[in-house]
Amino acid sequence: MKVHIKINGVDYEKDVEPRTLLAYFLREDCGLTGTHVGCDTSSCGCCVVVMDGTRAVKSCSMFAAQASGHEILTVEGLAAGGTLHPLQQGFWDQHGLQCGYCTPGMLLTSYALLKHQAAPTEADIREGLAGNLCRCTGYNNIVKAVQQAAATLGQPVGATT
Amino acid sequence: MSIQAKPLHSVGVPMKRKEDPRFIQGKGHYVDDLSFPGMLYLSLVRSTYPHAEIKNIDISEAMKVPGVKAVITGKDLEAAGLGWLPTFHGFDKQMVLAIGKVLFQYQEVAAVFAETRAAAIDGAEAVQVDYAPLPVVADPFTSKTDKVLLRPDREAKTNHIFHWEVGDKEGTARAMASSPKRIKQRLWFQRCHPAPLEPCGCVAYFDAMGRLQFHVTSQAPHVYRTALSLVTGIPEDKIHVMSPDLGGGFGNKVPVYPGYVCAIVGALKIGRPVKWIETRTENLTSTGFARDYHMDVEIGATADGQVTALHVATTADHGAFDAAADPSKYPAGIFGIVTGSYTFPVAHAEVDAYFTNKAPGGIAYRCSFRVTEASYAIERGMDILADELGMDAVELRKKNFIRKDQFPYPSALGFTYDSGDYHKTLDVALEKIGYTALLKEQAEKRARGELMGIGFSTFTEVVGAGPSKHFDILGIKMFDSAEIRIHPTGSGIVRAGTKSQGQGHETTWAQIVAEELGLDPQNIMVEEGDTDTAPYGLGTYASRSTPVAGAAITMAARRIREKARKIAAHLLEVGEGDVEWTDYKFQVKGVPSKTVTMKQVAFAAYTDMAQNEPGLEATYYYDPPNMTYPNGAYVAVVDVDRDTGETKVRRFLAVDDCGIVINPMIVEGQIHGGLTEGFAMAFIQEIQYDAEGNNLNTNFTDYLVPTTLETPHWETANTVTASPHHPMGAKGVGESPNVGSPAAFVNAVIDALSPLGVRHIDMPLTRDKVWRAIRDAEAKKA
Repeated sequence: MKVHIKINGVDYEKDVEPRTLLAYFLREDCGLTGTHVGCDTSSCGCCVVVMDGTRAVKSCSMFAAQASGHEILTVEGLAAGGTLHPLQQGFWDQHGLQCGYCTPGMLLTSYALLKHQAAPTEADIREGLAGNLCRCTGYNNIVKAVQQAAATLGQPVGATT
Repeated sequence: MSIQAKPLHSVGVPMKRKEDPRFIQGKGHYVDDLSFPGMLYLSLVRSTYPHAEIKNIDISEAMKVPGVKAVITGKDLEAAGLGWLPTFHGFDKQMVLAIGKVLFQYQEVAAVFAETRAAAIDGAEAVQVDYAPLPVVADPFTSKTDKVLLRPDREAKTNHIFHWEVGDKEGTARAMASSPKRIKQRLWFQRCHPAPLEPCGCVAYFDAMGRLQFHVTSQAPHVYRTALSLVTGIPEDKIHVMSPDLGGGFGNKVPVYPGYVCAIVGALKIGRPVKWIETRTENLTSTGFARDYHMDVEIGATADGQVTALHVATTADHGAFDAAADPSKYPAGIFGIVTGSYTFPVAHAEVDAYFTNKAPGGIAYRCSFRVTEASYAIERGMDILADELGMDAVELRKKNFIRKDQFPYPSALGFTYDSGDYHKTLDVALEKIGYTALLKEQAEKRARGELMGIGFSTFTEVVGAGPSKHFDILGIKMFDSAEIRIHPTGSGIVRAGTKSQGQGHETTWAQIVAEELGLDPQNIMVEEGDTDTAPYGLGTYASRSTPVAGAAITMAARRIREKARKIAAHLLEVGEGDVEWTDYKFQVKGVPSKTVTMKQVAFAAYTDMAQNEPGLEATYYYDPPNMTYPNGAYVAVVDVDRDTGETKVRRFLAVDDCGIVINPMIVEGQIHGGLTEGFAMAFIQEIQYDAEGNNLNTNFTDYLVPTTLETPHWETANTVTASPHHPMGAKGVGESPNVGSPAAFVNAVIDALSPLGVRHIDMPLTRDKVWRAIRDAEAKKA
């Protein structure tokens, strides 16, 4: 069947098996391998992408067909014009990653979280990221990374750092 | 906030990681990201029975599935001489695909190759296997009776795999018998699984020259190359192993798995690239598990708390094949570290391992070969002894610590501890946690019937295998290596035989080279994991990277410096003996105005080398003279809800002494991660089997990994006692928090429950287990 999905602002139209999961559509049909698969039970969150600007979805638990007609943001679309997104900068600055496998999912879940809550508390961040597993960091630095990004994004336009 | 390193001072700087830009942009390079023209997918048929005879395998329906290209079984592999693969320590072999019978649930039975991932799975589902169930042996104590012989393929007709012991058996028994105080407790360190978020997998193909190109999730790519050559007979030069970015490893990616062999066989047979990526269920049910040690711990002491003897007898469950990843002389790994941080005059440790109908393994999960089990045994044992003596657990530890002036300390079980200041490290922990105030609070709470516990673990780890005279894998000695090339413009590349899985080697190794040569770490590239380019190394596990490869890098850099000194002498127009290395540059002795930088020397090495050999590079193979002994003092503060059994880790402080720290940011990150895995083992994580041998924890909804919600906030501090024999004084740290923390958590919970008379609960301390212990204790009192 035909699916039509706008990914990171680019239109993709592909003929896929109806059972194709969005995660594998992104990885194998579109070559966007930044989205990872870490389990088969929607437990780990490595595969999280953002749908229609604000909604974090686990792309291993959604058919590509269900995303047809929608817009998807993946980790490859976060940086703009060669500048890292404040979340990416936050994860780098705060040592919020080690092996990097959970990182794309963490970034995209955090992206959706900050769309809903511009100034989250630590408890909000922990609640928001509870569906994303990390085996390396112990999460403390991930929380700090999101806090840094929230602070950066919350700065009024034109403010200096 | 991290700060960027100044070029002239690299070690000790919390430099941001050089590898991160690719990971945060989704440009990491993991094995499942690879794709080659014509690539097929492999899916494995797995046993539904824990122990059964295979009556028949019918592949006809599978071959009809659209896209399926081939199906192979154990018989096919056996005919090709590839039915079995040796396990890494060389005592046993493992079926690649089941031959005659299956020995554990989820064992590999047949391999299906197809055009797509989905078609391969469809094909695997269509393979019909007829099983005749056999009696199941689901625990080592039943196995011990030999009523059901699990491995008739072996020469010895018994389920007993090995007996290993170390120490003075008679002397320990005598000392124990004459000790006024004795404790004895069985401790089970439950079966766990490392479960890195990236599952295991590979892509195999034979190139136009007939050379095997093998991309694989391996913590030890060179060992894989040698093992593959030995198993398949393919000459080693015709095998190219590449380990790309690894999404965690924790020991899970040390062994060679049947899926890898099947992918290679399929690539050879079909003549196309084959990809195999295991599912999470396959990862948890068939690849290397860890622990599963039932330890009977016995400690003798004087009435005032001086330890006199230690005896530990362990019954180990190794599963269906002895696939423990231990060095060949050490079937129970380095369990002999079980005397811990204490001055036991005499000790005896023994391990008996048995086959069961469970997944094979016994790998070193974030641990230097059974050190986690040993540390848990002694640190729980010391708390139980303190309880028996009515003595404060801190006082008991301090009374028995190896003193600073006793190093190098020869332990009763044959180790020579390199250095440490255990009293100081514990004192730092007591001060930072506010022990006196916590004791006061606890007394007040106890008076009100509330359950609050303070738990300690003052462990000593042993890491950095070799020395080669003791340690090997399949006979290959455990040294490590580094090669450094400095380019004309003063940048360079370092290659090592290690393989980062998230530890940040691309940053740390660059910092070492930069420190030794006075160069900018941002311009030192690090490459690992490619057997065509890296010098031979034994890989990354057992916290051996910094102790062994880190030392090799340091020594290779110093070799470069010695050569550079000759060129510097030429540039400075003095004799070599008149040149000194000071403040990260060469200087004419006593003339601070006459200097040349390494960058200038590097250029001269290619443009103006005079009589010296051109170029500026060096290789070093480092065979450590001793292991290193990182140590720490950990404190957990736990509140237990008396009505629900719910535990809450209110505070956790880790004070680590891992010697000289190269990148404090990375070290702290490693400690956070290891503590989280220790927390998981202590409270929620277990691979359970029922009495019929069914695996009950086959995915992340049943095998629990801590989330942001339950993971405690980690507090860290450190003391620095340099290793006297490591060229930089570093000791390694990645595993300490995982080794040291489980006992601290359990000690804290038991301390909380001690007013009720609870003496021990085996991990994981789930809410229902704690609740039952409280109820049972209260019923007993009533």
